Amino acid sequence: MPNRSSSAPVLTVEDLTMYYGTRSGDVQAVDGVSFAVGRGESVGLVGESGCGKSSIAMTLLKLLPENGRIVDGRILLDGTDLAPLSEDRMRTHRWNRIAMVFQAAMNSFNPVYTVGDQIIEALETHIETDPDVSMERVRELYDLVSLDPSFIGRYPHEYSGGMKQRAGIAMALACEPDLLIADEPTTALDVIVQDRILKELRNVQQKLNMSLIYISHDMAVIAEVSHTVGVMYAGRIVEWGETVDIFKNPMHPYTQTLMSAFPSVTGPKHELAMLGGEPPNLLNPPSGCRFHPRCPYATDICRTDEPPRVEGSGTHWAACWHPLEA
Amino acid sequence: MAGATAVGTKPLIRVEGLEKHFPAESHWFRRSDSFVHAVDGISFELARGESFGLVGESGCGKTTTGRLLVRLAEPTGGHVLFDDGEGASTDITTLRGDDLKAFRRKAQMIFQDPYESLNPRRTIFDTVAEPLKVQNACPPLERMERVSRMLEMVGLTPPATYLFRYPHELSGGQRQRVAIARALVIEPIFVVADEPTSMLDVSIRTGVMNLMESLAERLGISYLYITHDLAVARYMCSRIAVMYLGKIVEMGDTEAVLQNPQHPYTQALLSAVPIPDPTATRAPVRISGGVARPLDPPPRCRFYSRCPIADDFCRDNPHPPLEKKGAGQRVACYKA
Ligand SMILES: Nc1ncnc2c1ncn2[C@@H]1O[C@H](COP(=O)(O)OP(=O)(O)OP(=O)(O)O)[C@@H](O)[C@H]1O
Ligand SMILES: Nc1ncnc2c1ncn2[C@@H]1O[C@H](COP(=O)(O)OP(=O)(O)O)[C@@H](O)[C@H]1O
Ligand code: SF4
Ligand code: SF4
Ligand SMILES: [Mg+2]
Ligand SMILES: [Mg+2]
Repeated sequence: MPNRSSSAPVLTVEDLTMYYGTRSGDVQAVDGVSFAVGRGESVGLVGESGCGKSSIAMTLLKLLPENGRIVDGRILLDGTDLAPLSEDRMRTHRWNRIAMVFQAAMNSFNPVYTVGDQIIEALETHIETDPDVSMERVRELYDLVSLDPSFIGRYPHEYSGGMKQRAGIAMALACEPDLLIADEPTTALDVIVQDRILKELRNVQQKLNMSLIYISHDMAVIAEVSHTVGVMYAGRIVEWGETVDIFKNPMHPYTQTLMSAFPSVTGPKHELAMLGGEPPNLLNPPSGCRFHPRCPYATDICRTDEPPRVEGSGTHWAACWHPLEA
Repeated sequence: MAGATAVGTKPLIRVEGLEKHFPAESHWFRRSDSFVHAVDGISFELARGESFGLVGESGCGKTTTGRLLVRLAEPTGGHVLFDDGEGASTDITTLRGDDLKAFRRKAQMIFQDPYESLNPRRTIFDTVAEPLKVQNACPPLERMERVSRMLEMVGLTPPATYLFRYPHELSGGQRQRVAIARALVIEPIFVVADEPTSMLDVSIRTGVMNLMESLAERLGISYLYITHDLAVARYMCSRIAVMYLGKIVEMGDTEAVLQNPQHPYTQALLSAVPIPDPTATRAPVRISGGVARPLDPPPRCRFYSRCPIADDFCRDNPHPPLEKKGAGQRVACYKA
């Protein structure tokens, strides 16, 4: 786990709710989510596929598809609420102050232009610079993510998967954003490449005192990159707290199952927990606690009433009627 | 989980010096004189009922090896001896016509990507019934029954609700179950499973892993289990082989290899695995660079250019042979 610097919030999310309209009704992908990210802090968002991690990221950047809409809530970036901003106003914040590495950064470059030209274009759209300065900046960025500068003038298909992912990070860092959101940036890569990218992200984060939201379904990766962890289930954050607290004393049954379902190469070989059933359909999520159909501890009240937020030590909390003993 | 199966005495498969060299981009008017050494002389045995793991970085030759073992590709050298216990063992690399068809009935492959390996325009029934049809394994009227039983076995229940759906109507985990059903419906005794869980989420992954294991026990299947995830290999395989640029660099009992790795490449792979404990610190990964394409590799140790302990001896000598070291594993390194 990396060291943390000061923690005055850069981002405060309040009661954020985002739905996708479909022919069969609204998909409640983000539902009443609140959290804060301090300057230089890294927050890991973890959860199964389909629980709304990417949807939160796209909402924060306001890069929603046509059928996605913010229903409620505020996105305060250094005090400015992004939620009501027009696309024109939003453009002055996006990439400049809040940037993202996409889940499929592999495919986020246009195949007909060189990668260098695409980063230069991004730079020149957002900060006025002359071509020489831009080129110098691209060199710096390549250096920052350990890419060979001789690749600046090459096309995306000449990059391996890991190199493209690093170029995606370089592009996101072009304007030195205050907050970087990285959505599963290493999920498709193998461990040695993943190790290098995680290391570079941590270095860059410290160098720039940048805040980071790191999204993954891999608990081990989350343990390594984040100070604070938010566990998501079915469009909601169900547990939040310092990484050590979440790992040592999980309070929410879902967090506990998620962790024991993870095979490990080190330490004793434990039975892998089975999470029965599938994540709920967010068109029509379960009543009360959304985890109740899969929860071994569910009682009647879990099926009917929304669980309260139970506080643990420090910033730790979980939304559960029957939290696990710390 | 691993090692719970009965392991016979005579191996089901014996691989001897297996090799696959692809010609490098050749021009239509000229034969290529450069070759990609995707698989470069590997040997191992797979016991009956065993789950044998093949691990390594992307591009090291795992999928190519798997395809050679079920004859979806033809080797450029070496032998694969297959002994189903019903007669003399056969070298499957020379099978043709009816003999090859008979072999396919016993050996199947589950492909890497459940999103690409299923034909989007075919219903689940058509997909799973296809091997039955090709092999003429049962009368057409029984196909529905066989497919339904198989879907039930892989946990797609009730089968009637899945038979006439299309792949896009299924989740990733369900698709992978369909891919498993298709591979197992003709009751093979040997299955190559190529990263069957790498596209899946934790929760679904455990389910698919448990499923493959219980099917192995019930149907007496041996797996060649390909993965780049060492933790998954630990749970699925009793023995593993670590591949690097077409060569096996370390091989042995899974726990021995993972707890006490001898080859510098295995050590690097293990040190790159994140630890799900925020208070733990991981030793730095000691290798640089990425996997090169094995295009006409120099005759020395394949790992030489990335090896943190390489010396002049390694530079001036051929690729090291696999030799017994450590807790009973075999290692290809002069300095291990
Ligand atoms: N048809 C082909 N023609 C030329 N080269 C090939 C061909 N198929 C594979 N290769 C090369 O052979 C090497 C091994 O490829 P292979 O697909 O077996 O790797 P792998 O270990 O399965 O990797 P991954 O983990 O990415 O699936 C690679 O360098 C690859 O580019
Ligand atoms: N454009 C869209 N239209 C309708 N539903 C969508 C759209 N994008 C995502 N969803 C749904 O929203 C939910 C959350 O998805 P996502 O944010 O991608 O999850 P995650 O990133 O955690 O895997 C899922 O049920 C998904 O199917
Ligand atoms: S509220 Fe009830 S159903 Fe939900 S996680 Fe807690 S115990 Fe389980
Ligand atoms: S033989 Fe030499 S170069 Fe090869 S792995 Fe061993 S020490 Fe490294
Ligand atoms: Mg996602
Ligand atoms: Mg492969």
